[in-house]
Parts: sequence; C-alpha cells; structure tokens
Amino acid sequence: MIYLQLFWEFFKVGLFSVGGGLATLPFLYDISAKTGWFTTADIADMVAVSESTPGPLGINMATYVGHKTAGVTGGIVATLGLIAPAIVVIMIIARILTAFREAKVVQDTFYGLRPASTGLIAAAGIGVAKIALLRIDLFRQTGSVLSLFNWKLILLAAVIYITLVKFRKHPILYIAVAAAAGIIFQL
Amino acid sequence: MPVLLELLLLFAEIGATTFGGGYAMLPILQRELVEKRHWTTEEQLMDYYAIGQCTPGIIAVNTATFIGNTKAGMIGGIVATLGVVSPSVVIITIISIFLQNFADLSVVKHAFNGIRAAVCVLIMDSVIKLGKKSIRDLWGWIIFLCVLLASLLSGISPVLLVVLSGVAGIVLKPVADRSAAKAADDAAKSGTEPEASGTLDGEKEDRT
Repeated sequence: MIYLQLFWEFFKVGLFSVGGGLATLPFLYDISAKTGWFTTADIADMVAVSESTPGPLGINMATYVGHKTAGVTGGIVATLGLIAPAIVVIMIIARILTAFREAKVVQDTFYGLRPASTGLIAAAGIGVAKIALLRIDLFRQTGSVLSLFNWKLILLAAVIYITLVKFRKHPILYIAVAAAAGIIFQL
Repeated sequence: MPVLLELLLLFAEIGATTFGGGYAMLPILQRELVEKRHWTTEEQLMDYYAIGQCTPGIIAVNTATFIGNTKAGMIGGIVATLGVVSPSVVIITIISIFLQNFADLSVVKHAFNGIRAAVCVLIMDSVIKLGKKSIRDLWGWIIFLCVLLASLLSGISPVLLVVLSGVAGIVLKPVADRSAAKAADDAAKSGTEPEASGTLDGEKEDRT
C-alpha cells in the first residue's frame, strides 16, 4: 500500500530530522536509495522548486516527493506524515512548559536559550544574504573583489531596508515589490 | 472572528508568503502576533524558536503548532499547522502537474533574486528587534556571539548549540543574579542609586 508506506517514510523523516527543511535532505537520499521512488537528480529538482515557491522547505519537498510518487493524494499523505510527529512532540512540550514555566531551572534555561536562538536566526539571515547579495562563484573565477558583490541586489536590499524602517508596512508588501523589481530590472 | 478560523487563515497567509522556511516566517509572526494581536511576546516567540530548533520536525511547523496550541489548545495547534502547510501543498501540486521546469524559468529566477534580497533584509530587521529583547546583559552578548560564530564558521549542529546554551543559562543566570544583587547592594550602601536595589535582572553587572 503505497500511501501507508509514504506516510510511514515521511513520519520517520519528521521524527528524526531536527532543524530546518534542509535537515530533511539526508533522509530523502536515504528514501531514494531504499525505495527507488525518485532519483538523486529528482532531489536536486525538488530543492530548486521548493526554494522557489512559498512555504516551508520541508513541506514543499514532502509534497513534491509524495506527488511524484503517488499523485495528489500521495502529496497530501507525505506532508501529513512529515508533520504528525512534530505536532505530537510540541504538544507534549507545550504542556510540560505551561506546568513548569515559573520553575527557576526553566527560567534559567531560557536565559541562555534566548540569545542563542537570536544568534541562530542571525546566522540564517547572514546565510541568505551570502546567497542573495554575493556572487562567490564569479569571485572565484575572476578573483576581483568588485565582482564579489552583486551591486544591483545590494542596492535593492538597501532601498528595502530604508523603506522598511521608515514606513513599517507589512513584510509581504516588501517581498512582492522585491519580486516585481527582480522581474522588471532583470536582476 | 472565531479564534480557530483566525488561526487557520493567519497561518495559511504565513505559509503562502514565507519564502525560505521557518526563519523567514519570523518578520510576519512578529508583526501579526506580537505587534498587532498581542497574543505573545517577543521573548516567548524566541522560546518557541529555541524549542523548535531542538525538537524533531521542521521549525515552521513546530512554531505554528506551539502558537496554535498556546492560543487555543490542541485543536488550535492542529489548525495552525494545517494552515501553514496547506498553501504549500496546493502550490507544489499545481506546479508539479503543470510546470515541469518551473525553477528554470527566467522570470522565476529574476523574481527570486529580488525576493531573496528582501528576505535577508526582513530577517536582519527581526533579529535587531529580537536582540533588544533577548540579549539583556554581557552574558547574553557572549552567548549570542558564540552561537552566531559557531554556526557561521563551523558545522556544529544547531541542536547541540541550543542544548549547550540552555546549560549555560542554568549555570550563568545565578552568577548574573548574584553580581546584579551585589551591584544593587553596593549602590544602596553608598546611597547613590537607591532605586536600583531589588532588581535581579542582571542588567547592572556589565557595568561593574
């Protein structure tokens, strides 16, 4: 029964991959080798499609793999499999946390966790900036520092930052305008 | 609007507009949950992210479940999670049926170059806002910088970093409290800052 199998495989991915969507990648390679549902080249395609569509990466990949393997229902089943363990685990943690929120050891733990969480998010932001604003491949080829920076996109980012700080509109607006600017100016 | 419907629609909107996973959700969560609805504080949002980092499953789903669960119980958690994943399921299904070479289309590539520039600005803006709330003293800065550098320069797993920081919190918070109390004590004795006594936030200690 392919649906049950898909659910189970993605349930395991959801249970054992910790962190962002890319953490699911090693598991996908494993599924590919074990079941032959898709090839490693398919995985590269999936990452490209997942990264160029809205939504969390892991969910996009699960839907894509499930759909490729067993149609529309397959996509839904794989996604439900992926999120099921997280829902259960988080609900248990939320319950424990509510019960012990005032405990000193919990408070002290969060004293360390909050700056750490901020640090991890900052690192993720810098990671995106490196891909978005720098051209590391081109820099390696030419060796010229000027070619390292993608000036047009840096300019776009600067404009977005200034208008963000000044007007504080909804983030979606800035994303939509940036997409339009990318298309219009062929960035 | 009933709270469950509001959760579903809000998280569906977030799922439809998040490009690049859990971290990219943060600016919208901050705006919708903290600033507009006051359902949660920035500190709590940080806690959800920290927990989402070191528990199984992808961060976006973990955070959605957490917020939904806190707001409206178990059903709330499930509804918020289904909300955040449903746009992806629909969009990806359509793309895999109709657009085999979606990611190779030049219009998609150009749009995404622009979107990525916006996403990194939005994340950095969120980090600055969060940093003001979550980094309260010298120890906070030290933990922040250690985690930032470790994850930028080495392949250390975020799970390990989160666990180590939790342990660091348990060890360091009493130290910070003690030096804050001492600073307050000294100030009270010399009579210069009587209003400072009794604060146990550790905010004074980097001055000593």
